[in-house]
Amino acid sequence: MTPDPIQSEETEPHHDHDHDHQAIPSDPTLRVKALESLLVAKGLVDRAALDELIDTYEHKVGPRNGARVVARAWADADYKRRLLANADAAISELGYGGMQGEHMVVVENTPTIHNIVVCTLCSCYPWPLLGLPPVWYKSAPYRSRAVIDPRGVLREFGTDVGDDIEVRVWDSTAELRYLVLPERPAHTQTLTEAELAALVTRDSMVGVAKASGKAGTSPS
Amino acid sequence: MGGMHGMGPIEPEQGEAVFHHAWESRVFGLRRAMGAWRKWNIDVSRHEVELVPAADYLRMSYYERQFAAFLVLLQKRGFITADEISTGAPASGSSAAVPALTRDGAAQMVVKGVPTSRDVPVPAKFQFGQEVRAINVNPVGHTREPRYVRGKLGTIDRDHGVFVFPDTNAHFLGERPQHVYSVRFAARELWGHAAAPRDAVYVDLWDDHLEPA
Repeated sequence: MTPDPIQSEETEPHHDHDHDHQAIPSDPTLRVKALESLLVAKGLVDRAALDELIDTYEHKVGPRNGARVVARAWADADYKRRLLANADAAISELGYGGMQGEHMVVVENTPTIHNIVVCTLCSCYPWPLLGLPPVWYKSAPYRSRAVIDPRGVLREFGTDVGDDIEVRVWDSTAELRYLVLPERPAHTQTLTEAELAALVTRDSMVGVAKASGKAGTSPS
Repeated sequence: MGGMHGMGPIEPEQGEAVFHHAWESRVFGLRRAMGAWRKWNIDVSRHEVELVPAADYLRMSYYERQFAAFLVLLQKRGFITADEISTGAPASGSSAAVPALTRDGAAQMVVKGVPTSRDVPVPAKFQFGQEVRAINVNPVGHTREPRYVRGKLGTIDRDHGVFVFPDTNAHFLGERPQHVYSVRFAARELWGHAAAPRDAVYVDLWDDHLEPA
């Protein structure tokens, strides 16, 4: 990361500067509002488009989409085969895809392999299936440690992975977006696909947790 | 920052909201809406975030960084001026001549995405199962080759096909489409013998990041 004089000026507007920066509020709420108003006034942004984008990711797209894909794969061996071979096509069968999920890869947890996904460079994450990433996923602690100490990270999430299991970390350094297909919990043979989906947590699809044995423990 | 120590504990938040403040959602939406003008590409905007000075980068929240980088990018690409930011008012005669992204356009963008694969016949330099070495380079600009794999030996695990090369695209130096591979690096190759013997890190790398072992 290289220091950038223009950047410093913008992020620290109070030092040795000719302009009167008192006009720029320091509160991010006011600064962002001022920028939005400016871009709208210049005809560069249509607020209806802005609201559409925000509403989509705040209310419509989230881990329930990924859970449906996982549940289908658990319930239908042929779907699972297609999902692992060509994730984009299989995911679009359920109507999902698009921004930040243009090129999907699904990796399968097995009794001998545990997968975990990270983006050490920033925050890459499969939006169409999981929504926007949580703060911890984008944070320096997770990004720095997931590759060097995945077992320690997993323990912090309460996930025990035995020494006999191979841990595979997927660093999302390109435009491929990774989703973990967790192991199907035991004693779920009688469940419907919808009931199975309720067992699939966001964290289990990132690979920091396993799919839970009981429904209702999942964060939204 | 992959492999660095000292960044503190991971702090998951129960029942976390998608956005923690309304302004974060506006930053998120504004970046996408302005991206539709195609005056930059996704690699340029990612690189701009990396240009936030390191100490600020670590101190700021995710959306603070995004906002800071966005302000710089808007000025670099000629959308707004520092004076306009100061006054909050558009310079006269500076309004866009073409309509901005519409609600329908935004909905289309969400559904279609912005694919970065390229349907061009570029031969793959490496094959499944081949041993490769990640080249040892330390560029000043944007690169997708993380520091922790440079000079390390790995194996081609799969070929994802041909994609835009961000290392040049981030600097407006062209897309230079080439193959992207998942390269498997043994944890012990990366981190030494304290690492678990069977564990591995898979990193997506382009042809230009790799050489035959």
